[in-house]
Amino acid sequence: MSARPLLRGVAGIATSLLGLLVLTFLIGRVMPLDPVLAIVGPDADRSTYEQVHRQLGLDQPLAVQFGRYLLSLAHGDLGQALLTGNPVARDLVRVLPATAELATLAMLIGVLLGVPLGVLAATHHGRWPDHLARVLGLLGHSTPVFWFGMMGLLVFYAWLGWAGGIGRIGLAFEGNVPTVTGLLLLDAALAGDAPAWRSALRHLLLPAAVLGLHSMAYLSRMTRAFMLAQLSQEYITTARVKGLTERQVVWGHAFRNIRVQLLTIVALAYGGLLEGAVLTETVFGWPGFGSYLTGSLLLGDMNAVMGSVLVIGVLFVSLNLLTDALYRVFDPRAAA
Amino acid sequence: MTASLLQVDQLDVAYRGPAGAVPVVKGVSFTLGQEKLAVVGESGSGKTTVGRALLRLLPRHAQVSARTLRFDGVDLLAASDRQMGQLRGQRLSMIMQDPRYSLNPVMPVGAQIGEAVLRAEALGRAACQERVEQLLARVHIREPGRVARQYAHQLSGGMGQRVMIAMMLAQKPRLLVADEPTSALDVSVRQEVLDLLDELVAEQGLMLLFISHDLNLVGRFCDRVLVMYGGRVVEALPAAELAHADHPYTRALLSAAPSLKHRRRTLPVLQRDPAWSAG
Amino acid sequence: MSIAVDSNAGARPAWADEAVALLRRLMRNRLTAAGLVVIGLLVLLALLAPWLAPADPLRQDLARALLPPGPGHWFGTDEFGRDVLSRLLHGTRITLFIVVLVTVVVGPLGMAVGVVAGYFGGRVDAVLMRLTDMVLSFPSLILALAFVAAMGPGLDHAVLAIALTAWPPIARLSRAEALTLRQSDFIVVAQLQGASNTRVLLKHLVPLCLPSVLVRLTMNMASVVLTAAGLGFLGLGAQPPLPEWGAMISEGRRYMLDSWWLVAAPGAAILAVSTAFNLLGDGLNDALDPRQNT
Repeated sequence: MSARPLLRGVAGIATSLLGLLVLTFLIGRVMPLDPVLAIVGPDADRSTYEQVHRQLGLDQPLAVQFGRYLLSLAHGDLGQALLTGNPVARDLVRVLPATAELATLAMLIGVLLGVPLGVLAATHHGRWPDHLARVLGLLGHSTPVFWFGMMGLLVFYAWLGWAGGIGRIGLAFEGNVPTVTGLLLLDAALAGDAPAWRSALRHLLLPAAVLGLHSMAYLSRMTRAFMLAQLSQEYITTARVKGLTERQVVWGHAFRNIRVQLLTIVALAYGGLLEGAVLTETVFGWPGFGSYLTGSLLLGDMNAVMGSVLVIGVLFVSLNLLTDALYRVFDPRAAA
Repeated sequence: MTASLLQVDQLDVAYRGPAGAVPVVKGVSFTLGQEKLAVVGESGSGKTTVGRALLRLLPRHAQVSARTLRFDGVDLLAASDRQMGQLRGQRLSMIMQDPRYSLNPVMPVGAQIGEAVLRAEALGRAACQERVEQLLARVHIREPGRVARQYAHQLSGGMGQRVMIAMMLAQKPRLLVADEPTSALDVSVRQEVLDLLDELVAEQGLMLLFISHDLNLVGRFCDRVLVMYGGRVVEALPAAELAHADHPYTRALLSAAPSLKHRRRTLPVLQRDPAWSAG
Repeated sequence: MSIAVDSNAGARPAWADEAVALLRRLMRNRLTAAGLVVIGLLVLLALLAPWLAPADPLRQDLARALLPPGPGHWFGTDEFGRDVLSRLLHGTRITLFIVVLVTVVVGPLGMAVGVVAGYFGGRVDAVLMRLTDMVLSFPSLILALAFVAAMGPGLDHAVLAIALTAWPPIARLSRAEALTLRQSDFIVVAQLQGASNTRVLLKHLVPLCLPSVLVRLTMNMASVVLTAAGLGFLGLGAQPPLPEWGAMISEGRRYMLDSWWLVAAPGAAILAVSTAFNLLGDGLNDALDPRQNT
């Protein structure tokens, strides 16, 4: 691989990130909620107000403020959060694993259900599995995820009692599991605490299923489209002429050709899950990134908002990078 | 070798569309023995459809019917999907036009040939690999080991077709349908591939159905020629007698080809007669 | 087009014939037809809401709070005794308002960016596409959240925020079309005739991009409805007491366990409208796809 395209790729990412930073910085500064007021309270006198104003560096011209922000970023300092009083960086480290746990399980559910459904729909094009897949896909695509979560809570928690309720773990176990990775299931397993593990699982399943069904719709739709495109190719006829079984044709040949595309889609879907998580976490009281972001937004906490938006931006950019790299690795034609 | 026979009598193929069924092949009849039979026609004449109908590889919305469609005693129309699956590759086979599209782009070609080999006999990996290289050597590919590891897009047109031929003959079929096998190749490479086909037909006693749009090419290569127009066979004659063809369409095709020997100011343009596709 | 004089002034223009043919093709697919019907119903309900609604959506009657669905209140009442059905009906107006406004902003904005980028190429293209990609590579809900937070909560701000995140796909689409078309002969002819760039863009390129842009806009409407509901749910969209469906779900959440209709009804409405737009968008896409063979 020559250096040129790689360099151009890196330059592209750098400009995207810079643009992102400018964007979030401007958003932070444009917020109608006065950060100074949020700190000093509405009863403070003028001199206190101005003191804090100067402390926060808000009297400097915008460009200077941005420069200082970049500088502190370089040191890993994302500023201080209003709500918790902690450095934003520390807050993010605390909330991200919760969302990661949720998103990963949701992704697994989505892939394990969505991909085979898509393949089924493509191989039975025009018949009932295809129609079923399309209906499920349509519904998954059109359902507001937060409402779906609420209905899920209503049915599976309130009425049937199968799933856990709000939060990551039952109230009885709150704080029992020592935090090692931030991933409750893993931490509970590490601590050997079986009842806590079970409770964590029961609380994780419903929100993960809700998010997962959302991705399942997208994944099955895309898989179906990819498979249909492959199944009409000449090499599939060749495979049939050779007398291969239908299973060999579908999985050994057609599916093999869409693997790379699927990986890309899964990566994109993972990004989409983070979006869904923002809404679902509110419904399930899940103390993850989504709740943190919405909480900070409603409070007007500049630093927290900027930090969160930045982190998500970096994550998305990395996902894009990753999918490009995956393409290069797995597609023999791209490697040429 | 026992005489196998392909008997086709009144083959009809129509495609079901929103506006009704569109006939694509009308009343095609012929027999094929141990010979090279050409099916010649322009785009839309139905020649490719005939070839695919034999292997029952037409899409779901195609309706195939015939008075007789027998190969080696097996009724191809009545055969179940499972039976056809058995027949394909082992008794009936097909090579297609462009190896860039007819070979799987993400599998090494050796693995694709290996799939065909393993259908014929259960072999261990090393034995299979050896067999694959034997097949590649048989089609005159010089470095079989290296080529086996390559992907379809890395092969030239001629090489790709040889790989295709090697793959389709791995199971030693009795009948081979060649759907425009040289149309995507450079003229210089065409003859090599045709010579190879000739060799293999003689060596394995293959029955060859050669589909093409090039009348002059098949005139030199094949034993008999079927000329198709508008879904029908308008003429059937031995290749040697092409020069004395009866049907105006065949004559027009023959005369449309430019010749080094006869100089002409303008090439003749085919005047189509609607009677050809009706009669 | 602009050169020939229309001699048969009484006959229907060509595009009207095409529109009728398109409509016919659309209606052939039952699902698409269903989607079209639902959306038609939405528009009708929105227009007639004040007359159809059995009660004033804002009128509180605490004595009749949290009543389950039944005669008199077919979808029950909320915690302030307001009739849920009436609120739902008035909510159609808000939904329609959002959809229309977003379309009106996103369409021209996206097309302007895309067509300019595609037509002029070079540095203009590079800059505009860099901007488009930046917005595109970001999760739209979160960006919309950030915009709304910056502007302050409210229905208008929510609409604007959504519009600001929804234009990139339209820009990319228009750019692709402009790139293909800018080499066309009729463009060259117009330029040789001395048409200014603006004229070429507006009179020639934009009308040709319009069909695919309209299809894409329709396909995106479902996600606009969902995003708006999401913003409403988070309290960043329409503010109480406006009967926006997302906000209704948010308000009903507290009483959800006992009064499930407070959440079920507005959610079902969102689902219905979103599904209808998806069906319509898919149908339009299929109907206009030249490669359709069945």
